[in-house]
Amino acid sequence: MSSREEILARLRVATGDVTSQPGERDPVPVVAETAGAAPDTLELFVTTVTDYRASVVRCTPEQVGAEVAAALVRARAHTVLVPPGLDTSWVARARDAGLRLRADEGEDGGPLTAQELDGIDAVVTAARVAVATTGTIVLDHAPDQGRRALTLVPDQHVCVVRADQVVLDVPDAVALLDPTRPLTWVSGPSATSDIELDRVEGVHGPRTLDVVVVG
Amino acid sequence: MSDPPVQDTSPTFLGMPSFQRAAKVALADTQQRRNLAHATATIRAKRAAAVAEVEGWEELRLAGAGAKDEALHHLPDYLEQLEAALTARGATVHWARDAAEANRVVVDLARAKGTDEVVKVKSMATQEIELNEALEEAGIAAWETDLAELIVQLGEDRPSHILVPAIHRNRAEIREIFARRMGAVGRAAPADLTDEPARLAEAARLHLREKFLRARVAVSGANFAVADTGTLVVVESEGNGRMCLTLPETLITVVGIEKVLPTFADLATMLQLLPRSSTGERMNPYTSMWTGVTPGDGPQEVHVVLLDNGRSRVLADEAGREALRCIRCSACLNVCPVYERTGGHAYGSVYPGPIGAVLNPLLRGTATEVDRSLPYASSLCGACFDACPVRIDIPALLVRLRTQVVDEASGRSAEAASMKAAAWMFGDHRRLEAAQRAATLGGRLLGDRTIRSLPGLGAWTQARDVPTPPTETFRQWWARTHGDAEGDRDDAGDAEGDRHDPGDQPVEPEQDIGGAVPHTSEEGP
Repeated sequence: MSSREEILARLRVATGDVTSQPGERDPVPVVAETAGAAPDTLELFVTTVTDYRASVVRCTPEQVGAEVAAALVRARAHTVLVPPGLDTSWVARARDAGLRLRADEGEDGGPLTAQELDGIDAVVTAARVAVATTGTIVLDHAPDQGRRALTLVPDQHVCVVRADQVVLDVPDAVALLDPTRPLTWVSGPSATSDIELDRVEGVHGPRTLDVVVVG
Repeated sequence: MSDPPVQDTSPTFLGMPSFQRAAKVALADTQQRRNLAHATATIRAKRAAAVAEVEGWEELRLAGAGAKDEALHHLPDYLEQLEAALTARGATVHWARDAAEANRVVVDLARAKGTDEVVKVKSMATQEIELNEALEEAGIAAWETDLAELIVQLGEDRPSHILVPAIHRNRAEIREIFARRMGAVGRAAPADLTDEPARLAEAARLHLREKFLRARVAVSGANFAVADTGTLVVVESEGNGRMCLTLPETLITVVGIEKVLPTFADLATMLQLLPRSSTGERMNPYTSMWTGVTPGDGPQEVHVVLLDNGRSRVLADEAGREALRCIRCSACLNVCPVYERTGGHAYGSVYPGPIGAVLNPLLRGTATEVDRSLPYASSLCGACFDACPVRIDIPALLVRLRTQVVDEASGRSAEAASMKAAAWMFGDHRRLEAAQRAATLGGRLLGDRTIRSLPGLGAWTQARDVPTPPTETFRQWWARTHGDAEGDRDDAGDAEGDRHDPGDQPVEPEQDIGGAVPHTSEEGP
């Protein structure tokens, strides 16, 4: 008997007492969270993101380029990675300010290698959805965000979130996501609680996270 | 079909002493006790605050337990569904009956890639099967990339907590380990390294980065495996998980079969429960979800090893199976008064704390000293059940396992014998008085010295100091001050009048013992 068959047979015997059918349970309960004292979802999102010591600003669509450039300059970035589907107006001001924009294209004409990515200071992306109660941004790595490595190796991530992408809680976000895409949930900059169980920012992922909320 | 096999005790934990004996050693380590008290107090406060923010927490716990129960009650169906979804998305699924088989699969895959190293995401399943040791034996270095795992690996230590394996170490000890050991296996720690947590995290970042950038094979576990979509989920903080799951060409994920969730919608519940229970945060910094292979993004060769290793046996136990709901958040460790004092090493397994005290005897059976002792590694205070996000009734399972351990010892346990003796003694006041006189004599002989062990009471005194008996019992005190050693309730009211009645002298049937214990009462005879 193969391992597969043997394990499945063991499990069928082990669950021999179960009389229900798979999927017979009640619909998956959705436990909504509340906004607490915050006046609205967007305000709550700004508060919870700030709690992670990420920087967050709200602006009009016309101001995005300026806010993105300001964030990059603040972190002293020199090279900026631009995903293939990004709205180029978002990085025009940064280019004008003298920052070097890079596409996901390496020396050999293929995508940037991990080593090449390690030499780039920052990345600017859009997002798929954001969660107010937890201060989370979810990336689904569509062309305006780029493949997963792009938002991982550079030390600064500037993420532009449209106000209408901010939902209240985790169940709202899960309902909007496409599970066939790779998904990355980001809540603040890279951090660890491994030293005496206290949160310390800055390990392997981007150590600086700037969120620009538009609208 | 016979009962599914138990999990073999891994070589590291073979011959472990009982929890109580190991705990006694751990309790003597005052540095570790200080570290643990500090860390668990910190996390308890954070968790309480994060949970208090969610009004429907109890509903969430019920939803979490419901999702896991649905998956466990129909585990073979959901596993087959998971396998089909993964295969359809370009992943290769392997099945492993036990640790040896899982290790063989991973070693063979790594060898086929011609690599002599793998980067690893912290994973309880791979710790359980001691994959690192198996890889090392095959000449393949396994680099742990989680900060706490790195501390443990560099310190040649063992994990003592599910979430924070180096919880027993403080910042000064971590600095010392980094400074001494990093250079031997890669980039050395900066010469001016301090014990500031941010500097320590920076040292880990620099040390591991070169390993991430060059690694070709990564090994991970998974917090959840979604049956209807084939999605695997890793919940983490540092970004080391993202590095391993994204940069290498080949990704091998070892998943305990109990990690299955029925549907993608169930993930919402779990992501609401897990971070608040585990690190006390509204959400952990990073959660990665991947569904097979995504062309042009991340590993292009994806393997999933589905691991049984004793789980089917736990599932066959109708009462015990709820322990398989565990999502390894470690909330039960952090609230446990026993864990807080002993730390994790005494539990003789990678699963310490209250959940370990039930999971290990369920997975491995009760044939060894340590597994027999674990159901007693608890005061049954119930804090673990209250904290558990998936409502595992740990105290009830502990009591049931105690019953099992006692039954297996065919009713001739020391506890049973001592209870029988106690019943005989308490059954007659003369016997009780004689015993008390014997005890107080001991107390006067010992003075303030502590009794570390008592012959014949080995099991009880291994981990406990016996209180030095008092020099006088209540009954003796009463006799001395009231002159009525009988303490008879009917007589108490007019004890004053009876006091000098020679006819009311207490009977001293065992004067040969009692003779050494003179009544010192002025009122006495």
